[in-house]
Amino acid sequence: MALDKPYKDIPGTTIFDAEQSRKGYHLNQFCMSLMKPENRARFKADERAYLDEWPMTEAQKEAVLARDLNRCIALGGNVYFLAKIGGTDGMTFQQIAGSMTGMTEEAYRAMMLAGGRPIEGNRTIGERK
Amino acid sequence: MARIGASVYTSHVPAMGVAMDLNKTGEPYWQPVFKGYEASRAWMKANPPDVVFLVYNDHANAFSLELIPTFAIGCAEAYKPADEGWGPRPVPVVKGHPELAAHIAQSVIQDDFDLTIVNRMDVDHGLTVPLSMLCGKVDAWPCPVIPFAVNVVQYPVPSGRRCYALGQAIRRAVASYDEPLNVHIWGTGGMSHQLQGPRAGLINREFDNAFLDRLIADPARLAQMPHVDYVREAGSEGIELVMWLIARGAMNDAPPRVVHRFYHVPASNTAVGHLVLENA
Repeated sequence: MALDKPYKDIPGTTIFDAEQSRKGYHLNQFCMSLMKPENRARFKADERAYLDEWPMTEAQKEAVLARDLNRCIALGGNVYFLAKIGGTDGMTFQQIAGSMTGMTEEAYRAMMLAGGRPIEGNRTIGERK
Repeated sequence: MARIGASVYTSHVPAMGVAMDLNKTGEPYWQPVFKGYEASRAWMKANPPDVVFLVYNDHANAFSLELIPTFAIGCAEAYKPADEGWGPRPVPVVKGHPELAAHIAQSVIQDDFDLTIVNRMDVDHGLTVPLSMLCGKVDAWPCPVIPFAVNVVQYPVPSGRRCYALGQAIRRAVASYDEPLNVHIWGTGGMSHQLQGPRAGLINREFDNAFLDRLIADPARLAQMPHVDYVREAGSEGIELVMWLIARGAMNDAPPRVVHRFYHVPASNTAVGHLVLENA
């Protein structure tokens, strides 16, 4: 019997559940490895070679190389793990989060200062704005 | 006998810690956030706890995907601030209270909550930012701290109902400890925020303020709220708010005294909420 996943109809949101975690195990563990300075240095020196040390899928490796965090999430990544890539790149958490919205850094920051993304129109996929 | 004298609730936004570490708290962006904690810092000094029982979540620092404990209680003598990838925060080592922690672990497990016991771990911003917000910049934290880590990263996370009942079990555990300690319990994380995907940046003031109202006045009913309501209304990371129910469940049944209440948007990606409640 299928499990109940009532969170599937929330727009622009991927819940990191057991199924996603299973898909993203090696991707997320690669991210964890970037907590060590020597690993960050090796990754920066040759990203492709470093990624090839991990049993990740080709699609996951390409998403990391492209810094396409939405794609990384679709392939099982979790934002707290993916943030280690942003940290390696010298990004703040606001830059990391904003990079997934399709907005410029300035526009995202201005939206947050103005009170954030409104809930109206953002509860359910297909909801009228 | 030990008792729980008060509970504190606060967001643990990492950028608030960074603002303190880099002496930016007087900047226009941060000034209103830190003003909201002035009263609480004075209250902490006037009402110092003997021990803080600090409920928080680890953010892929102490726990990778190798081990994902739902509830983990720190029984160690000390905990180092974690290097989360930007270098460890320049804050003091956190001293534990192994005797009380072991007592609570034994009592709560016998009360049917299957805790994981942790004797070695680093603590990340989820734990150190609340300490900084309430204690300021200090050479040593004012009292021992028992870290209590809750999994809110990988679904399913524990339900609000489970968290509230766990708080009640912690209350019974503290009350059966022989030393006359004044224990404060803190619930941290939240309020509304989403850090991932095209919906990142979501804030819901109405939800947050209703949550604060209900947490104070009607926590048992609030605890019935399902996960999907948190995620839909308060963002995928807003689910951290279930941890506040652990602290609230540890309070007496009589209505608490509201010492301080504060709400502000934004701190980085997040709505900041803060409450101090004393047992009547």
